[in-house]
Amino acid sequence: MSYAFQAEGLVKSFKETRALDGVDLAARTGTVLGLLGPNGSGKTTTVRVLATLLRPDAGRALVGGLDVVRQAPAVRAQIGLTGQYAAVDEMLTGFENLLMIGRLLGLSRPDARKRAAELLERFALTEAGGRAAGTFSGGMRRRLDLAASLVGRPQVLFLDEPTTGLDPHSRNELWEIVRGLVGEGVTVLLTTQYLEEADQLADEIVVIDKGRVIAGGTPDALKAQVGGQVLELRPQRAEQLELVYGVVASLAGTGTEMTPNGLVSAPVRDVALMPAVVARLEQAGLVVSELSLRGSSLDEVFLTLTGHRTAVTDETEPGVDAGSEAATVKAGV
Amino acid sequence: MATATLTAPTAPAGRVGLLAGLQHTATLTWRNLVQIKHNPMELMDLSVQPIMFLLLFTYVFGGQMSGSTHAYLQFALAGIMVQNGLFATLTTAVGLNSDIQKGVFDRLRSLPIARSAPLAGRVAADLGKQVWSMLLMLGLGLALGFRPDGVAGVVGAVALMVVFALAMSWMMVLVGMVAENAEKVQMLGFVVMFPLTFSSSAFVSVSSMPGWLQAWVKVNPVTSLVDAMRALLVGGPVQGPVVHTLLWAAAIAVVFFPLALRAYQRRS
Repeated sequence: MSYAFQAEGLVKSFKETRALDGVDLAARTGTVLGLLGPNGSGKTTTVRVLATLLRPDAGRALVGGLDVVRQAPAVRAQIGLTGQYAAVDEMLTGFENLLMIGRLLGLSRPDARKRAAELLERFALTEAGGRAAGTFSGGMRRRLDLAASLVGRPQVLFLDEPTTGLDPHSRNELWEIVRGLVGEGVTVLLTTQYLEEADQLADEIVVIDKGRVIAGGTPDALKAQVGGQVLELRPQRAEQLELVYGVVASLAGTGTEMTPNGLVSAPVRDVALMPAVVARLEQAGLVVSELSLRGSSLDEVFLTLTGHRTAVTDETEPGVDAGSEAATVKAGV
Repeated sequence: MATATLTAPTAPAGRVGLLAGLQHTATLTWRNLVQIKHNPMELMDLSVQPIMFLLLFTYVFGGQMSGSTHAYLQFALAGIMVQNGLFATLTTAVGLNSDIQKGVFDRLRSLPIARSAPLAGRVAADLGKQVWSMLLMLGLGLALGFRPDGVAGVVGAVALMVVFALAMSWMMVLVGMVAENAEKVQMLGFVVMFPLTFSSSAFVSVSSMPGWLQAWVKVNPVTSLVDAMRALLVGGPVQGPVVHTLLWAAAIAVVFFPLALRAYQRRS
């Protein structure tokens, strides 16, 4: 089997903190590997090791068959990196940012200009291309950042929390772009805090916590392990809790539960469950004051896998943006 | 997961050649200079600040210090240029620090370019800005009645300032690497550069100062630099202060170049 990148037993400590404690992962060529974990779990550190920015204390990593430590310059020629915070030069225009990268990659001036114009076009930035990147919106900046990492047509792309802090529309745009790239044969390592994002984009997911891989597999396998969507209902009259439970249980089957705080919850195995429940409740004359369908959040994944909630600790690495917890988009409907 | 033992073929490490390295440095120098176009504040730093210092010192202090603004300008231009030039070395630290904080530095380091290019490009661009500011001050000085001793002296003075600024750059690279943020770097500018440049022969004759201060002023490298620049610009004993200044520059570079490189490589 051919891997675009792979890591074995990566260990990295910063002072007293062990950021990576033996991380193994691998991605087949032309696939997306989702690296899922909360803040401080070691996602960014993993990316920085694979992108040759950090030397691991132990373990090895290969990108395109090349060792990230011993053959770092050759690895750099194959990769694109888009950081957690948009690493574009705010004082250059969008065009100049891309021109600079092209020139650094050894393109002639005309070729670098052509490539920059091409990428601006592709990312719908042509109009804004003449403005300083500092004036761009968050979504535009991420697109420019991604464009900058694509100037050299990399075979492997590292996307470190590419949608953190983006509004849902910009996030969907970015997802489409990533799908397009994968369609062209690019292999992607995507780190994210959002189960939904990993579910949407990744062929395989690796879940890490405290620098260790705690689970891995396809999104479906992982969801089966931790549970998919959950339907929750609250009867308007508390004494009807058992009646409502009876209706839901007859449709949803095993796993339907009554919670002490007056909710009925049921695992959703079929998209037709919710309309069926609504129709049946209406027939029975039962009124619910609350009806919701929600996906498993990362928090629930962690609770299931580790028995503890996501530990909110800041990345200890220097230069990591502490503000990345902002705008958590819950996986939901 | 990756269960197969990882083996990398012994492909060439792909080191970057000297010519390509120079090309990378040139591109990053361009990048640091073209920023000015989109950042009027930086143009202020480079142009308005030197002009302002020159005008304020000449017209506010001139009459009191030397009896006439013209005589003071003749005396103080070297000092004003040195003060401005030393403050300007802080741009290296601020620029590098902001590149690190914003992630631009990581982007550059993830590219297959010469390791030295991000540093060299920054330092080269900042030296270019130094020369621009100095020419601006010399031009304005000339317009206001400053009369240098000769062209060779002016060229020598500019060159000496560039050499000294280059040595200082490595200290600033270190500061930029280890500082938490750009604001801290600016603070350093005020608490170190202000006393350092004022407690020198830059603006007044040393003999007017109290004895204990004179003792410090005489060993302050800024005094050597100012004396050398002044001698080159308007005449006086040149050799002693120039040699002193070059020795200081060499000493600063010998100490801070390795420290700066070590800090840089520790990030690699």
